[in-house]
Amino acid sequence: MNISPISLAFKKCKVENRPALLTYTVAGDNNKKKSLEILKSISKYADICEIGFPHNTPIADGGQIQTSAYRAIKNGIKMKDVFQIVKKFKKFKNSKPVILMGYYNMIYQYGENNFINKCKKVGVDGLIVVDLPWPDNKYFAKRCKKKSINFIQLLSPTTSKERMKKIIRDSHDMIYYISMLSTTGGKLKVSPKEILKNYQKIKKINNLKKVVIGFGITEKTISKLKSADGLVVGSTICKEISKSLEKRQNPVTNVSNMVKRLKNKIKII
Amino acid sequence: MKIKKKIPLIDQHDKNGFWGGKFGGNFIPETLKKPVDDLTKLFAKIRKDKNFIKKRDYYFKNYVGAPTPFIKLNNLTNYLGGAQIWAKVVSEANGGAHKIYNATVHALICKKAGKKYVIGDTGAGYAGKMLSMAAKKFDLKCKIFMGAKDIKRQKPNCDAMRKNGAEIVPVYSGSQTLVDAVSECMRYWVSNCDTTHMCVGSTVGPNIFVKICGWSTAQISRELKIQLKSEFNAIPKKLKLINCIGGGSSAYGFWSEFIDYNKKQIELIGVEAGGPKKSKLHAAPLSKGAKLGILHGSASYVCQNNEGQINETESISAGLDYPGVSPIHCFLKDAGRARYTYASDEEALNAYKLVTELESISPSLEPAHAFAEAIKIAPKLSKDTIIICNSCGDSYKDRDILKKRLDKHIK
Repeated sequence: MNISPISLAFKKCKVENRPALLTYTVAGDNNKKKSLEILKSISKYADICEIGFPHNTPIADGGQIQTSAYRAIKNGIKMKDVFQIVKKFKKFKNSKPVILMGYYNMIYQYGENNFINKCKKVGVDGLIVVDLPWPDNKYFAKRCKKKSINFIQLLSPTTSKERMKKIIRDSHDMIYYISMLSTTGGKLKVSPKEILKNYQKIKKINNLKKVVIGFGITEKTISKLKSADGLVVGSTICKEISKSLEKRQNPVTNVSNMVKRLKNKIKII
Repeated sequence: MKIKKKIPLIDQHDKNGFWGGKFGGNFIPETLKKPVDDLTKLFAKIRKDKNFIKKRDYYFKNYVGAPTPFIKLNNLTNYLGGAQIWAKVVSEANGGAHKIYNATVHALICKKAGKKYVIGDTGAGYAGKMLSMAAKKFDLKCKIFMGAKDIKRQKPNCDAMRKNGAEIVPVYSGSQTLVDAVSECMRYWVSNCDTTHMCVGSTVGPNIFVKICGWSTAQISRELKIQLKSEFNAIPKKLKLINCIGGGSSAYGFWSEFIDYNKKQIELIGVEAGGPKKSKLHAAPLSKGAKLGILHGSASYVCQNNEGQINETESISAGLDYPGVSPIHCFLKDAGRARYTYASDEEALNAYKLVTELESISPSLEPAHAFAEAIKIAPKLSKDTIIICNSCGDSYKDRDILKKRLDKHIK
């Protein structure tokens, strides 16, 4: 059986006895060239790169990612550019798994089949679709699997145990657990202990699935959650890009340094 | 695509929540799955509960003020010299618009769900004003999300919301209008769905919100049916029901009892916002052929670009200034039951001017779009044709715009 690049990444981290570090950046933020440079530079430290394809009506994103998305759209990013960025990035570092993340309307307008085929062609390893929940995503997820693309199911604190079991059964290699009731970039309002308790509930249902935790993870909070399979950092990176632009500094260096610091915080010393 | 008879349109969706197999649904983040499911179950239960219906009817009668008047516009009819023009003056309802029905029902549901906080979106400010009124009446804490541009252009309604003790949360993202207000309201709900009930201000959003809103505004056509029978002894043989369409809540409420009738007897006409004559922007996804897309949790015709980014809209009427539309109107359009057209800003303003010069009613800029269509078609129609416009909002909120554009002062 072929092991997916995503599973491989988790395996590598397991050997190093640490969680996988997943970064989220918006394709085209702050422009096409810079966002590729940022990706290349953070890939030294990140284990999996999530890349957002921006939408201008993002109902589950907080201010930081909204700002990044609007900035990217304003600077002219189109779906074809998003795929270009992935393609170039994979050429640079083929082993690094890439997960595309976004809203369903963008996929719907592209055409589901076209979208999946294009993902396959440029080397996308996984997909997260924020507003296509289970069971509505069953058919789409199956089609992804056929093309060896991981469709990543989301779970949240509001997901009932019954529902959780069904979603996990239909999930692929990786599951994304939303740490709290919040949009992206919210302040962590639940204790890490509580989050890990819920995380354990998921692991108990199926220990083989890799579960990553996202939402509210920053330089401050990341080390408290390092017993998870993986941790996603998004808004805090987007914020760093905004801050760098404001101060007229190079976002590539600043973001790269931040991801390096994040990585150091989850390493077992 | 076919509409079934004797089943309310709001219930004609499949198990995935789609009308006509493709409109509606639930495109929502996982976090909202449970609150939406809970609300769906609660609503299914209470709409069968006699006590709840009694309570609703009590408040509709004694608080909203049912029935709202049904009057003939004699001067306008004579002036146009064709079909008879009548108005269902829904703006006489408490608060000045049809939004009070949905707001009252949501407040009652919020109470029933044991939640103390209610949030809502608003464009023209009526949905917000009514929700703030209902919240005050039922002792709930209320937050209203409103685009910064709309806060400026609909000041009287904002004053009313604040007076009712609601907090107005200005939304500065995107075009700073209704579309952004709905997004921000949904985001707030994602973060607070454990304590807070969300009211979507129109027949848009995830399936259940379309249903609750339609169920609430249906009061309008229940009243009208009785009023028609008492005025004409029967439902007239040639009837045209004209309503403006933003999200489409007043139109659904105005039409729901009449959908089963033959369209040759009762024509349903929806009028969208065509925007300024000279502008390319509009808010008319149905009549200007927008593509199917996903916006705010449901699939409908949406003003968008090829990529799926939602387009900016433009209309003089804040209540119609929305890029999407109710999935049930998409269904009515594709099933061929209703006809959709649009009126420009200028046509709406002219209609407002003519109606207020000749008659004692003062429709807001939203129903002025419906009157514009009535004025356009009435002269060509026979005298035994009955046109009814839903005058679903009062113009007081538009006084700043009307003063600027028509130099007209509103009390």
